[in-house]
Amino acid sequence: MDAVDGNAIGGLLIDVFGTEMTAASSTCATCGARRPVAELVVYRRSPGTVVRCRTCGSVLMVLVRRTDMTGVDLSGLASLSQPDRPLSRWAGFRTGLHAE
Amino acid sequence: METTAVRGRLTWQVATVASVTPETASVVTIELDPPHWPGHRAGQHLDVRLTAEDGYTAEREYSIASAPGEPVAITVERLDDGEVSPYLTGELRAGDELELRGPVGGYFVWEPGEGGPLMLLAGGSGIVPLRSILRHRLRTGSDVPACLLYSSRSWEDVIYRDELGQHGDGVQVSYTLTRGQPAGWTGHAGRIDSVLLAEVAWPAEANPLAYICGPTSFVETAAAGLVGLGYSPERVRTERFGGTGGH
Repeated sequence: MDAVDGNAIGGLLIDVFGTEMTAASSTCATCGARRPVAELVVYRRSPGTVVRCRTCGSVLMVLVRRTDMTGVDLSGLASLSQPDRPLSRWAGFRTGLHAE
Repeated sequence: METTAVRGRLTWQVATVASVTPETASVVTIELDPPHWPGHRAGQHLDVRLTAEDGYTAEREYSIASAPGEPVAITVERLDDGEVSPYLTGELRAGDELELRGPVGGYFVWEPGEGGPLMLLAGGSGIVPLRSILRHRLRTGSDVPACLLYSSRSWEDVIYRDELGQHGDGVQVSYTLTRGQPAGWTGHAGRIDSVLLAEVAWPAEANPLAYICGPTSFVETAAAGLVGLGYSPERVRTERFGGTGGH
């Protein structure tokens, strides 16, 4: 399947984070590239979604849907933040946390 | 059935199809009447879910074609090998029900307060969110100048052709046709490239705000071209829907 971009998983990310995330800023833990989640490379293959860095291609996020839950691996991210908005507990959180 | 929207959650709901209007031979606009719609921003999309009798489900995202304040509408192009679009474009009728949730997206959106000038680049059905932006601009009385470059396979494949032809003050619309041009065609021909962008796009000195939507290859070419002209990457917003589409 062709790559799309982070805009396409706006709904899925709301399921996981409880808020709009496509405008959030991401930092690749491998190469340090920063860009909005909307600009990341997204591959969707049932049942999982793989999000890669547009600069170095490293895997940043893996989201796997099960019946009524979504498993999330964010270990490829150095940071994920919404600097423009005071937000929830997710604002500026660091990797190591695996949201479920 | 749970109908109360939980804050911070996207809730699936069943909308009634108000109308289905053909745009081109393979594209329709579907106006929807969802029971709970919080309002949308220009450029956002919504998720559609189809469920088969055996419980199999397929979800797709469709850009919202209408402006904020207008009835919710999506414009869908039939992909012959698609799972969802043949149903939406060929079988869905007014009065039918459709499961959806939204609006979704906070990046590929435009508000009049963000200014411009607006540089809009559409490949094929990538015109849909840009049409919402143009309608929003018109409805809000914004005087932000806008320039639209629309790449389409052929003149017959141009979506919203009449509407785009009626834009007046402050909106320049130009087309490039990639697979064939009608007799007497005075517009552009062929896929977008840096030469065409240099000719059509606002100069970088105007500090334009760019929105590019289309197949992935179209978006990559267009975005790189604008940055090559000196556009600030932070002011080039992109949305890719995959495929090549011939644009």
